[in-house]
Amino acid sequence: MTWETVIGLEIHSQLKTKSKIFSGASTSFGSKANTQACAVDLGFPGVLPVLNQEAVKMALRFGLSVNATINKNSIFARKNYFYPDLPKGYQISQFEIPIVGNGAIDITLDSGENKMVGITRAHLEEDAGKSIHDLYDDYTAIDLNRAGTPLLEIVSEPDMSSAQEAVAYAKKIHSLVQYIDICDGNMQEGSFRCDANVSVRKKGDKLGTRAELKNINSFKFLEKAINLEVDRQIDILEEGGSVIQETRLYDSIKNETRSMRSKEEANDYRYFPDPDLLPVAISDELLIEIKKELPELPTEKKLRFVEKLELSSYDAEVLTSQKEVADYFEIMINQEVDAKLSANWVMGELSAALNKNQLEISDSPISANELSKLLSRITDNTISGKIAKDVFKLMWDGNGTVDEIIEKQGLKQVTDSSAIESIIDDVIANNPDQVQQYKDGNSKLLGFFVGQVMKASQGKANPKQVNEILNEKLS
Amino acid sequence: MHNLTIAEQIKGLRNKDFSSLELTQHYLNRINDSELNAFISVTSNQALSQAKEADKKIANGKSSSLTGIPYAHKDIFCTKGVKTTAGSKMLDSFISPYDATLTNKLNAENMVMLGKTNMDEFAMGSSNENSYFGPVQNPWDKAKVPGGSSGGSAAAVAARISPFATGTDTGGSIRQPASLCGITGLKPTYGRISRYGMIAYASSLDQAGPLTRTAEDAAIVLNAMAGFDTNDSTSANKSVPNYTQCLENSVNGLKIGLPKEYFSDGLDKGVEKVVMQSIKEYESMGAKVQEVSLPNTVHAIPAYYIVAPCECSSNLSRFDGVKYGYRCEDPRDLNDLYLRSRSEGFGDEVKRRIMIGTYALSAGYYDAYYLKAQKVRQLISEDFKKTFKDVDVIMSPVSPSAAFDLGSVKDPVSMYLADIYTLSVNLAGLPGMSIPAGFSDNLPVGLQLIGNHWSEELLLNVAHQFQMRTDWHNYSPADR
Amino acid sequence: MSLDNKKVKEIAYLARLNIEDSEIEQSTAELNNILKLMDKLGEIDTGDAQPMAHPLKMSQRLREDNVTEEDLSEEFQAIAPKTGKGHFLVPTVIE
Repeated sequence: MTWETVIGLEIHSQLKTKSKIFSGASTSFGSKANTQACAVDLGFPGVLPVLNQEAVKMALRFGLSVNATINKNSIFARKNYFYPDLPKGYQISQFEIPIVGNGAIDITLDSGENKMVGITRAHLEEDAGKSIHDLYDDYTAIDLNRAGTPLLEIVSEPDMSSAQEAVAYAKKIHSLVQYIDICDGNMQEGSFRCDANVSVRKKGDKLGTRAELKNINSFKFLEKAINLEVDRQIDILEEGGSVIQETRLYDSIKNETRSMRSKEEANDYRYFPDPDLLPVAISDELLIEIKKELPELPTEKKLRFVEKLELSSYDAEVLTSQKEVADYFEIMINQEVDAKLSANWVMGELSAALNKNQLEISDSPISANELSKLLSRITDNTISGKIAKDVFKLMWDGNGTVDEIIEKQGLKQVTDSSAIESIIDDVIANNPDQVQQYKDGNSKLLGFFVGQVMKASQGKANPKQVNEILNEKLS
Repeated sequence: MHNLTIAEQIKGLRNKDFSSLELTQHYLNRINDSELNAFISVTSNQALSQAKEADKKIANGKSSSLTGIPYAHKDIFCTKGVKTTAGSKMLDSFISPYDATLTNKLNAENMVMLGKTNMDEFAMGSSNENSYFGPVQNPWDKAKVPGGSSGGSAAAVAARISPFATGTDTGGSIRQPASLCGITGLKPTYGRISRYGMIAYASSLDQAGPLTRTAEDAAIVLNAMAGFDTNDSTSANKSVPNYTQCLENSVNGLKIGLPKEYFSDGLDKGVEKVVMQSIKEYESMGAKVQEVSLPNTVHAIPAYYIVAPCECSSNLSRFDGVKYGYRCEDPRDLNDLYLRSRSEGFGDEVKRRIMIGTYALSAGYYDAYYLKAQKVRQLISEDFKKTFKDVDVIMSPVSPSAAFDLGSVKDPVSMYLADIYTLSVNLAGLPGMSIPAGFSDNLPVGLQLIGNHWSEELLLNVAHQFQMRTDWHNYSPADR
Repeated sequence: MSLDNKKVKEIAYLARLNIEDSEIEQSTAELNNILKLMDKLGEIDTGDAQPMAHPLKMSQRLREDNVTEEDLSEEFQAIAPKTGKGHFLVPTVIE
């Protein structure tokens, strides 16, 4: 039996405003419990919400980046439910008319193919506080610092058909919200959270019953959780059972999903327009202004890298998939270093070193300027590419600047022909047998001689010159 | 001193006939002697120190016109450091950590707060019998209700134990008690006075306003109460006129509309007589009276009693025993905490309205109730819009009857039906007033004036002109 | 529309209100009485009237994104029913 998987994602991204969506309390992360929850956030009797304009602008930036319809009069609604970390007994969200309507985004699959994923809507809402269960034995402790932090909930169409596609989409949105500077993307701190709606069906059938997976805080877990859920649903169906619609919590330690029945009971949110807030009117002028302010988007950047810098589509995709990587790369090419060479180094040496040390590019001990200096020392023949890799390692370990290292370690390339000639003469003199074999037609031995010369010069001889002079002398 | 109007007290303070401290002490004594249960809290110490501060300002020439004038604050407005209960056990021990915008505005005038007045719990009621702190007596007849929900405020002004009191009006809660207590009450246009710090009952209907003896006093205090507030998204960014400047305009040629639906079968004959006599008085001043029709009036009751409970069911969810307010003893678990704190903390009428609202918003019923009520609201609003093309002011009774006996109306539906003449104004967001117009069976009867949006100036002018020609507003319960 | 006891209990739970078994008959009767009044809405022909959520035709005013609130957590917690280590406390919630 072939099963088809259908996945839609709901992504909550915390917007990078200074203050909360409906109050003037700070949104910064990690403060002492409840010190950033003001009267409005705590839902004191009589307090009222006033909407933060930056949150609106950020939502519009997102909408314009995914070519979405913008609703000129969106409505805030109340989602009513009781929970201790929801101070008012309702969450202010958007229901019938969200600020951002239908849009779409292109994702690149592992095969290199592109796929369009539909975005159903994106709406503004306030975050809830946090319930802490391990502080006391008999109590749950409530910290309302996060209550009222602006969220943009981005809802996709059920357009993804595998965990890999879901991850590719999530990464694309993750990258986009950072490109347009509306979210810091920090998944550990909960600034970017993914819920996945997963269902399976037989090919050609109508949509199956879905389960909603929550509590996923990394792309790796997203992939694992979806795959687990798909297997679970297929098992149920193949045994003749049926999937029930429910919310399931992903447990990354046990690597399992489990039903969250408590959230299911009496799930009637009684949405209605929030009478404390009025329709949010978006003028054409504002949209034009925001469009103007939008930075170059990843797809546009990729196209430019391919067309102007003549990079391969693959390289351009890798370099633009994360804003920080693209920024790093662009600083390098602004130093007039060859684009292809820069791309190879960023995707090669640098990326390997970052991976090995589990660092983000923003934490790289070698700055983009330093790396471009290193590459310029290759192109101006001060050092060879091979030596450059050694210099890179020394720079990584903090042994000084490019030029200091080259100077201190005496790594400067030998380009003096007479000096190279004298080394070559020695090598020829010391290896008469090989010389004879070469002259008898074993042209492969050229590599041996080059190796010997490089060894004798401690790698510093200019390889191009070595080749030329060797050819001359051995012919 | 307590028989003086605010306008006269302002002159008295300015001429040094008495100090604010003397005036304040006089009212505190009167409150102390009163048995009406009009106050939930009397803030004597704070009042005396505010009065001293006001006297200093007056002496230094740094006063505004209302400096040193005492007032009573409905216990629905948050007052920092002072208990703010909204008439509920839920907030019996709630000391507000912040001031409402209106409280701030009155403080900025250096007015003197005498205390917090009794009210129907969370402003839900028309008799003040729904207060956790017990009913308020009508100063004209202690066996009668003062009206509600601003019953304590209306009784306090009528009994002259405060020259002015704040109120809120969601479905008639200023106008109806003003009518039943024989004083002047103004519910301004929605958005005129900030709702920030006013404990919400139904957010799209709630509006604060003054209860005073005269229209002139209402104009004077409205000058201080009204205005834009950046903390309230529904507050109108609209300049505030000087409401006293048009009081003396003539009403000659004023076009008055009498909505025929407001003079229907349920109207008490005595009340109708008083209202019709008042209309004649206006005619004698040169006003032109015509019959108008507001055909959707009767639909205001079901529309209001859906919209208001829906909003209140959500507004009152914050009272859950977690952050402030009442928490039940020894909750077994979270659900027990919620269920018992809320069931023990709220009174019957509040629970009833929460139930109705929760039901009306629940899955499957939203369209039939909430959405339908919002459409009816539109129709009611359009009725007024059409009518105000033809007339300047609409006049009508406020309440179908004068004050009724405490404990006499037991059925909630009968109580709701009596709101018929006041609800539409809130649904449409219009300004409305009740002014003393006469007596029926020795109980005061008010005349309702309804104006178009932002026509408070005209309403106050029309009311003041009536009060220049009549002396119903000067009658005191003490004279009986 | 008429409510039965079961539905009344469901609504009460949604609103986190407790109705004792001894009160349920009376509550149901009372609510049904009120609903009779509300059900008159069904008889009204509203034509193409637009739902009116708000009395004034205004749009939402936007606030500048500035931090204006200071830390008043001690004052706020002083009036809370139960606190500990800077938190509001409730009986343990089982997820």
